[in-house]
Amino acid sequence: MDYVVITFLYLAILLYLLLGGADFGAGIIELFTSRKNRRVTHETLYQAIGPIWEANHMWLIIAIVILFVGFPRVYSVMSVSLHIPLLLLLLGIIARGTAFVFRHYDAVHDRMQGIYATIFVYSSLVTPLFIGILAGSALAGYVDPAAPDFLSAYVWSWMHWFGVAVGVFTVALCGYLASVYTIGEATTEADRQRFIRKTRLLTIMAFAAGALVFVAAYYEGLPLLTWIFGNPVGIAAIGLATISLGLLWYVLGRDSRTWLPRVLAGFQVTMILLAVGYAHFPDFIRLRNGEHLSLFEQLAPAKTIAALGWALLLGSLFILPALGYLYYSFQHVSRPQSAAPEAAPVP
Amino acid sequence: MDDFLAARSQMALSLGFHIIFSCIGMVMPFFMAVAHYYWLRTQDVTYKNVTRAWSKGVAIFFATGAVSGTVLSFELGLLWPKFMEHAGPIFGMPFSLEGTAFFIEAIALGFFLYGWDRFNPWFHWFTGVVVGVSGLASGILVVAANAWMNSPAGFDYVNGQYLNIDPIAAMFNDAWLSQALHMTLAAFAATGFAVAGVHALMLRRGRNLAFHTRAFRIAAAFGAVAALLQPLSGDFSAKDVARRQPAKLAAMEAHFHTEKSASLVLGGLPNEDKQRVDYALKIPGMLSFLAHGNFEQEVTGLDRIAPENRPPVVVPHIAFQLMVGLGTLMMGIAAVYFLALWRKKQWLTSRWLLGLFVAATPAGFIAVEAGWTVTEVGRQPWIINGVMRTADAVTPMPGIAYSFYLFTAVYLSLSLVVIFLLYRQIRMVPELYDVPAGTPEPEPAHA
Repeated sequence: MDYVVITFLYLAILLYLLLGGADFGAGIIELFTSRKNRRVTHETLYQAIGPIWEANHMWLIIAIVILFVGFPRVYSVMSVSLHIPLLLLLLGIIARGTAFVFRHYDAVHDRMQGIYATIFVYSSLVTPLFIGILAGSALAGYVDPAAPDFLSAYVWSWMHWFGVAVGVFTVALCGYLASVYTIGEATTEADRQRFIRKTRLLTIMAFAAGALVFVAAYYEGLPLLTWIFGNPVGIAAIGLATISLGLLWYVLGRDSRTWLPRVLAGFQVTMILLAVGYAHFPDFIRLRNGEHLSLFEQLAPAKTIAALGWALLLGSLFILPALGYLYYSFQHVSRPQSAAPEAAPVP
Repeated sequence: MDDFLAARSQMALSLGFHIIFSCIGMVMPFFMAVAHYYWLRTQDVTYKNVTRAWSKGVAIFFATGAVSGTVLSFELGLLWPKFMEHAGPIFGMPFSLEGTAFFIEAIALGFFLYGWDRFNPWFHWFTGVVVGVSGLASGILVVAANAWMNSPAGFDYVNGQYLNIDPIAAMFNDAWLSQALHMTLAAFAATGFAVAGVHALMLRRGRNLAFHTRAFRIAAAFGAVAALLQPLSGDFSAKDVARRQPAKLAAMEAHFHTEKSASLVLGGLPNEDKQRVDYALKIPGMLSFLAHGNFEQEVTGLDRIAPENRPPVVVPHIAFQLMVGLGTLMMGIAAVYFLALWRKKQWLTSRWLLGLFVAATPAGFIAVEAGWTVTEVGRQPWIINGVMRTADAVTPMPGIAYSFYLFTAVYLSLSLVVIFLLYRQIRMVPELYDVPAGTPEPEPAHA
């Protein structure tokens, strides 16, 4: 059962990035869309993510529950040492989740819409930034449960160039994923071309942000190159990610199949996560004193893990088919009967 | 404000906020499903309008409940890391099941909200029912986890070690059933009365009578039935608490001295220094009867509890009185309502009956908050009853007061925005739904 629980933990994190990340990306794209096109972008993105929005968020809850039930010490060390970025992440989650719903369910459409939209797009930027910072901080090895003073215990644990770079990279990846997913949602050819251009731009940005992570790692003295290229799995994963990036670049604009770019982009991000995750597996957090919080060593007692494993397996029997059907049902949003939920005329 | 108090206040604030949103998010889908059923059966378009209007409320409350619930799952660690480090593996089982229930609810909500005219109407209706059922399940599971804090089970505590952990036994602890029953009924009563109150107000103002009458009747029926059943579950809970947590019972009853044939203290202001209750009404023998089913039996008072293990008295006592008082009031209104339905049809359209419901709009939620205060403050100074002290569980991180101020500001503004949104939903009912029969639905328009 240990492996079942660990697999679900990584799966939940991966799916949160692939699906929830695309939601973040939707806000990021909206932020970087010219005022002229903002309305149509906003509507296209809403059509695409509205029905699946709440479900995408659930992967985060699953991951956090697995952590505190299955790996209580990992959760508590993270909660104490990374308190501040977690708090900021939460504020982002609150702002985004509510602003999104408020702007689509407010019965009156007036200038409040502008306020909701502003909150939504900026929190879409901030939230993945902190997710990335948290991920970077887990790897960077500055987390120190025995730190003597406030700054080293609660601030330098996460405020470093590597964390910031991973944060920026996460933001770029989310924008990139969302842009690729959105191409298939465009209702007119002009929009489609516009989203393709956006995808090209965001691919370049993601690539640049990825390079920035290596620069930051070098600056902080972290052997990122060894972590990723020091084992065959990492080399293969990065190789495959590069090939799929090339393929994606090639099919963009040439091929009108909607699923192909999505699969390629999802595959690519999965490979990046695999490369990083494999290098550290089974460690989850590296501590300043050189100790590692290994998932195998921090496991909760066997009975708990067994119960958790069964709960996850049984739960996925219900969740996965239903979720699959949800995605399937709403993938052709441009069908005429699926008009946007009715909004009131301005009184 | 010291860090410990700040952490407790932040937790209280977050839970107090979440409890309202999750209750509504959990109960309203049932109202929605009933209205939806009537629409499918009768093709009365007003029922469809009620369903659609309510579904927007559900969407707003679900989203707010979901984010505040996410915040809580992090806050457990951010504020109480020592507690979670030990308790996580023991009481985590209901949370892992709740993850599934919550996930299914989110999926079903996606189908329901966006599935109008897309699916078979009965499948669409069914997804709405699934939203309700899975929401209810997740509520019960979360309460089971809280019940474990009151009635720890499923482990042996030996020399500071938590051994022989059994998460299933922990989930089915002694308190889960009584707490889950009481909370579920409370959610139905509170939401029923709150929703009915809003529609009653609109009826009194003579707005959209057909729409609001149908909505009012569905909500009032749910609220009234739950309010009438609630005293039974309250009695069950009280006997359970008397057995498991005599200190909590003593605090909520302000029962300072152990005695036989103990009297029930109604109202009053407990004086902890002098160990007595001033200005109270006392019914002899009644507390013994309510706690143990026997007018003579001894009821443990706070004097039997070591001073360092005594919960505060004033807050649980007043909160308890408030909860019982409001519950009784709602039960009375429910009785009047059923009498009206059964014998006095003319009351149903009278201003005074509607006025009663309008006045009772917030009653259920104040009672929910008060009841939750009794449960949580009455458990102090323990975070795991008899095992771990709340003060030993708090985070070492200083400056929690700032985070408390921040969250206070966030939750306060969110509450205001939600009230503002509901106000606009209700105000827009005539424009959105006041269509003469036979005309097509209003076209969506974006500003």
